[in-house]
Amino acid sequence: MSSDTTMRAANRLRRTATNHLATGLAILSTLLVIAPLVAIFGYLIYKGASSLNLAFFTKIPTGPGESGGGMANAILGTGILLAVGSALGVPIGIAAGIFLAEFGRGGKLANLVRFTADVLNGVPSIVMGIAIYSLIVLPQKHFSALSGGIALGIMMIPTITRTTEEMLLMVPNAVREAALGLGVPNWRAVLSITLRTASPGVITGCMLAFARVAGETAPLLFTALGNQFWSANLNQPIAALPLQIYTYAISPYDDWHRMAWAGSLVLIILIVVSVSLVRYVTTRGVLKGAN
Amino acid sequence: MVNLKIQEVRVPAPSDAPLHAPSLVSTDGSTPGEPSAIRKFLLGRGSSAGADKGFRWLMLVCAFSIFGIVALIASELLLRSQLTISKFGIKFFFGTAWDPVNGNFGALPFIYGTLVSSLVALVIAVPLAIGLSIFITEMCPGFLRGPLSFFTELLAAIPSVVYGLWAIFVLVPILREHINPLLMHTLGWTGLFVQPDFGFGMLAAGVILSIMILPIISSLTREVMTAVPHAQREAVLALGATRWEMIRMGVLRNARIGIVGSVILGLGRALGETMAVTMVIGNRPDIVKNLLAPGYSMASVIANEFSEASDDTYLSALIEIGLALFIVTIIVNALARLLVWAVTRGAPPRVA
Amino acid sequence: MGVGIRVTNLNAWYGTNHTLLDINLHIPANQATALIGPSGCGKSTFVRCLNRMHETNPIAKVTGSVRIGEIDIYVDASPVEIRRRIGMVFQRPNPFPTMSIYDNVASGLRLNGFGNRRVLDEVVERSLKHAALWDEVKDDLKKKSGASLSGGQQQRLCIARALAVDPEVLLMDEPASALDPVSTAKIEDLIFQLKSQYTIVIVTHNMQQAARVAERTGFFLNGKLVEFDSTHKIFTNPGDKRTEDYITGRFG
Repeated sequence: MSSDTTMRAANRLRRTATNHLATGLAILSTLLVIAPLVAIFGYLIYKGASSLNLAFFTKIPTGPGESGGGMANAILGTGILLAVGSALGVPIGIAAGIFLAEFGRGGKLANLVRFTADVLNGVPSIVMGIAIYSLIVLPQKHFSALSGGIALGIMMIPTITRTTEEMLLMVPNAVREAALGLGVPNWRAVLSITLRTASPGVITGCMLAFARVAGETAPLLFTALGNQFWSANLNQPIAALPLQIYTYAISPYDDWHRMAWAGSLVLIILIVVSVSLVRYVTTRGVLKGAN
Repeated sequence: MVNLKIQEVRVPAPSDAPLHAPSLVSTDGSTPGEPSAIRKFLLGRGSSAGADKGFRWLMLVCAFSIFGIVALIASELLLRSQLTISKFGIKFFFGTAWDPVNGNFGALPFIYGTLVSSLVALVIAVPLAIGLSIFITEMCPGFLRGPLSFFTELLAAIPSVVYGLWAIFVLVPILREHINPLLMHTLGWTGLFVQPDFGFGMLAAGVILSIMILPIISSLTREVMTAVPHAQREAVLALGATRWEMIRMGVLRNARIGIVGSVILGLGRALGETMAVTMVIGNRPDIVKNLLAPGYSMASVIANEFSEASDDTYLSALIEIGLALFIVTIIVNALARLLVWAVTRGAPPRVA
Repeated sequence: MGVGIRVTNLNAWYGTNHTLLDINLHIPANQATALIGPSGCGKSTFVRCLNRMHETNPIAKVTGSVRIGEIDIYVDASPVEIRRRIGMVFQRPNPFPTMSIYDNVASGLRLNGFGNRRVLDEVVERSLKHAALWDEVKDDLKKKSGASLSGGQQQRLCIARALAVDPEVLLMDEPASALDPVSTAKIEDLIFQLKSQYTIVIVTHNMQQAARVAERTGFFLNGKLVEFDSTHKIFTNPGDKRTEDYITGRFG
């Protein structure tokens, strides 16, 4: 009998030790994950903040090796590309989201659309760039801001569709019923009541799509191409923040490296603001007012 | 006869005093018996059935645009890669020589580079991501849960080019000066970590990729683990299990399929990552065992050489690589989503 | 003025679940008709069939006829047109959360394309007065949101909103069940007032409430209309034993 109890005691000891080991490993993993994030953010802020000066926002790039330039044209370019893209991506994305939430719920078609949107979100963005190159740049025989904007716009569609759907589903059914009960036509009820109630969430969802797409380089490589000068012409190549960062990062010039860090910081701030806003709207429940 | 309870109830009498509402005449002072102006207006509005139908149709068309996008990409890629598809056939994917000057195109080095860098990334990221997820869902004190998941979400949203920038100026020097020598010293006998060591190479690409895919594996694993019903956890605990045993038998075992799904999703992301990889992989189309040597990935060769592609065959070869990348990522992503869906949407996972 | 509703052979389903079986009754104009019965007996479903809200559920089905005046609401008109004539107040107050009090009341008209500012002002004031809410909110019409009112006030807001489109019938699905006794009393008094203008159908699980406000009462059980008669008769001398059992509380 005593060998039995010692065996059980040893067993228990082993199990407790394993438990502690597992806990330790989990904590270690967490630290190892947080470390690069902190490192990246810290380094970015350190390098980027010192390079962010007024010239960054007002001047265009200078020649190789010269200092004192900025990324003003790239910031403008990204803005223009986002504007073109959102003109295409936002209406279609929101409409698709409305379909999923208001007309397709639970149906096979809606499930297929949702599934395809999720899969599409995982397709490499460079593939989108090739497709638009083939569709627009080749026939037109020149690179253009328009093609870049369209590439970005198409990339926005799956993201905006899903976030719009999620936000619309959060609107309580009681609100829809109230509108229908008044004899309001369905299309009016969806747009003026349901969508309006969900609008904080839908808008922040679009902002998140903008922020994500604003940082994309690959689809712009052979559409918008990049531009060292001021340009707002949709039919010509245009500068963009991530393109400029890429060009500067792989260059041999210190000053350009410095500006790449500054540009990265601008992008990161944009991302942090959007992600935080979306979290705020969905968890703190600006939509909960509907209850 | 009915009992007393009923007699407590009073039946309405018209003289009951109302609350503040004024005495009501006809709705808008118009002649009684005549529909009011409001009613007339609303009667004239019609049924709007046409507008409703049109609206629904418009939303449907926009939803179909998702399919349209897939079709668009597939058709354009197929169209523009016809040249090399017909010229090289399937041998394109097994050829090891990438020789644009002589018109000889083989994609194997890039497939190799993509697979190896992704594999390295998975080896590093999967244990860490799962460890992180276990910590957040099962062990974490409540107040930390929000900030931690917020941070991982931020990690996922950082643009690829920013990761690449950081990798060039921070990661590569660290690897070159500290980590690679250590690896060469301890594991050099495997042939995986030998000279030359420039810092730039497969390992660097694998490490930056692991950081990039970690958030998505972690957040999906967390979703899958939270989908396991509490009853499973409690059942194991009731048998006297330690917390780790509860996690292992009550949660992980049930969430197994979904975790595999999230890992595959991370793989999908790693396969297609472009900018960060391009910036640190070294851009040399060689197939070597040494992880410290420069390599080349499918996405990187497209990014680097597309604008220099001087003739149609060259371009076609690059686009064919893009087509392969497209098909592979679609399949991988679809598989991954199905696996995750199987666990989170209530198809009970087999406990075997 | 309100209209009467004549229901003939009404049957309703949720998917394969046959929730209403052969309902026949006549709801008189300008009176309040109460519908009572235990939970799940089908009274809410019935009322939702009267303004075609039942069919907003994709697996719902209805057969039979419901007539207001000469019009069969399922055959001669669209759901949207019917709901402008037959309004509804729901169990839980559901004012539009992003709109002010004014906008809430005006919403039925505005969303149907009505734009005349002056008339809207009049309609909003009149509807809020009919709903006995005017005095409490007249200074904050555009400043306060609909959701910032108390429960009882919200429900009266919903009543005002429903009245603003000048319906002929007002359906009320347990309008006071989520409210405190004081608000409940206010709503019941309101129904007295509204009766002269509109036809009211009120679903309630509170028998005392039915007895207080309604001239006629219908008793539903398991999807069937067991008895439909004057309120006085139902509560003092019911014809059917099942009615008597329910009224005396033998089952809930």
